[in-house]
Amino acid sequence: MAAKTLTIDGTLVSAREGESILEAAREAGITIPTLCHLDGLSEVGACRLCLVELTGSRRLQPACLTPVAEGMEVRTSTERLREHRRAIVELLFAERGHVCAVCVASGACELQDLAARLGVTHVRYDYLAPACTVDISHPRFGIDHHRCVLCTRCVRACDEVEGVHTWDVAGRGTAARVITDLHVPWGQATSCTSCGKCLHACPTGAIFQRGSSVAELKRDPGVIALVVAARKERW
Amino acid sequence: MDRTELHAIAERELASRAPVRIHCCMAAGCQATGAAELRSRLDTALAEAGLAGRAEVVPVGCLSLCGHGPLVSIVPDGPLYASVRPDDAPAIVAALQGAPCAVRQVDRNAPFFARQRPVVLRASGSFDPERIEEYIAVGGYQALATVLHDLSPAEVIEQITRSGLRGRGGAGYPTGLKWATVAKSAAPPGDGPRKFVVCNGDEGDPGAFMDRSILESNPHLVLEGMAIAAYAVGASQGYLYVRGEYPLAIQRLTKAISQARKYGLLGAQIFESGFDFRVEIRVGAGAFVCGEETALIASIEGRRGQPRPRPPYPAESGLWGCPTLINNVETFANVAPIIQHGPEWFAAIGTATSKGTKVFALTGNVRNTGLIEVPMGMTLREIVEELGGGTPDGSPVKAVQTGGPSGGCIPAARFDTPVDYESLAAAGSIMGSGGMVVMDATTNMVEIARYYMEFCRDESCGKCIPCRVGTVQMHRLLSGIASGHGSAADLAQLEQLSQLLRETSLCGLGQSAPNPVLSTLHYFRDEYEACLAASKDPG
Repeated sequence: MAAKTLTIDGTLVSAREGESILEAAREAGITIPTLCHLDGLSEVGACRLCLVELTGSRRLQPACLTPVAEGMEVRTSTERLREHRRAIVELLFAERGHVCAVCVASGACELQDLAARLGVTHVRYDYLAPACTVDISHPRFGIDHHRCVLCTRCVRACDEVEGVHTWDVAGRGTAARVITDLHVPWGQATSCTSCGKCLHACPTGAIFQRGSSVAELKRDPGVIALVVAARKERW
Repeated sequence: MDRTELHAIAERELASRAPVRIHCCMAAGCQATGAAELRSRLDTALAEAGLAGRAEVVPVGCLSLCGHGPLVSIVPDGPLYASVRPDDAPAIVAALQGAPCAVRQVDRNAPFFARQRPVVLRASGSFDPERIEEYIAVGGYQALATVLHDLSPAEVIEQITRSGLRGRGGAGYPTGLKWATVAKSAAPPGDGPRKFVVCNGDEGDPGAFMDRSILESNPHLVLEGMAIAAYAVGASQGYLYVRGEYPLAIQRLTKAISQARKYGLLGAQIFESGFDFRVEIRVGAGAFVCGEETALIASIEGRRGQPRPRPPYPAESGLWGCPTLINNVETFANVAPIIQHGPEWFAAIGTATSKGTKVFALTGNVRNTGLIEVPMGMTLREIVEELGGGTPDGSPVKAVQTGGPSGGCIPAARFDTPVDYESLAAAGSIMGSGGMVVMDATTNMVEIARYYMEFCRDESCGKCIPCRVGTVQMHRLLSGIASGHGSAADLAQLEQLSQLLRETSLCGLGQSAPNPVLSTLHYFRDEYEACLAASKDPG
């Protein structure tokens, strides 16, 4: 496979053909913020945090879904991009009930990490503070929708890695919710194998193991990529 | 079926017609005001008058002046009656025999009719859309016969390209170029159809009913356009995606497809050529976002109707990963006329960059509400004031909204803007699919912006964060400003969010959701400032 040479933030980078800008940047030690991306899962380009500027393109492009091209010039951290990323994270904080000070996931939360890295010191938007449900009908796991950011990593982990598709999304707009089976309580979702992959895929404290706090759990999102890689080795 | 048979059907149909036809509009608008009862009363009146055989009542498609329905047209050369009540039926029939008639008549030479240039709507309202024989009698399926007998796929694409036709769904992408891309895209290996043609009939803009009317009034015209497109791009399977809110259109399309199959005009070996084309209807379930092409594809595939980032474009990778041509209803409806009359004829209509005509649904504070088809390049002033007849009470028009929730409001001062893709974009709006809402001085523009943002908020699929949450925040800000609780900081935040949604949203819905806000801020900033000045808590 041919190698491509491109420029990311002024640095010349070589990348494999078919690789995404996100992968190429990461190999070159350049971090682009992400939320809906998780190694081992398909890309959906939904969170818009990895948007980058490309010379010659009027539109911002998601780094996770844009393949590298020869001579491509990418800017990953202009003031405009940083400002948009801060705004997107603030919109998320305002959307549901993300209060780090009282959250069990504090210290083990990608949303919190993003806010810290992007310099989000306050939220400029009104908190919508919707009343969400907490589903603890499953014997081992629970989901607190107040903390869900609709990244759909649980949906994809369950569908693509576990091969079960217990999770999906119902509803539109801010009323959208991840659901189990045909919107039944998790404990009644007969397709669920209780494998826990959704738990590892969840970037916040939305999906948790009952009886322990998320901070105690030491979740490992990398486990998804590990499973996927191991299967590739075997097959 | 061959061309000789087609002509024979047309001749038989024309010979069987009564000398006088009473055309009773049976499109959704007129049905809503009682056209069905009127039709049966006309039938009764005709029988009672002993005119059976000399005159007949024909249920037809849209007669254009939708706001004054039910409409009845006497053919040939008879009057056009408006706002007809069922009780008027005997009087209309009596008038056929020369009796004076007090039923309201509309002048067919009025600018509303005279200034139209019907291409897509040419046959609309002149035949029964539920009978394929009537469509054949007005020249239907001749373009398809021509294409299959005389033209290669490349020649068809060349004709469409030369006509200058651009997508009528709103964005104005060159149709010929899109067809060529699909034709050239390699289909992935596998069994069954490997290329698709999709008709986007998920019309959803508030105030827009062009596609509904075309589907109800002339379903075969759209099917014929799809079949020609399928031949050109090498597809053998088509899907007609129609929103579930259009039951009459769905019913007529279903009927049209089965009639066309019966005559061998759809299905296998059409016109005894080697070309196969099957069409299925897919009914939308009420999500506006399914009008976005990648969401529409997901919906046809049976998945949650939400968009995905492009590229890859559907022309390369659409339905089930296969090259897919997606055009809007009106685009397909333009195809057969272009083939029949030639690309030069079509290109002679309109402006340098926007060829042909555009159908608009003229609504709002305007005297003549209805469906109009005008040549591209006609000014907004001509449309609103001459065809539309201005506001009902004669007060000045304040603005006109085009393009629905993705469009903008153009003030009266800019009414010399010609309707073509570039000029409307330069005026801060878009051509859109054809909704045109006229507003008078009583309209509060902040309220208009709030209304459209509410629409986008409700229709956001929730996939990407800027659109999902941004529209909620923008709606809150607009509600606050409109209700007298806004501050200058709110206005600044509104502009910041507008920029964010434009630049970072995943699909066109989110990217264009700020347009009604930005255009009203641009032209009517004083109204926002008046709200702030009167604010009870100015921050």
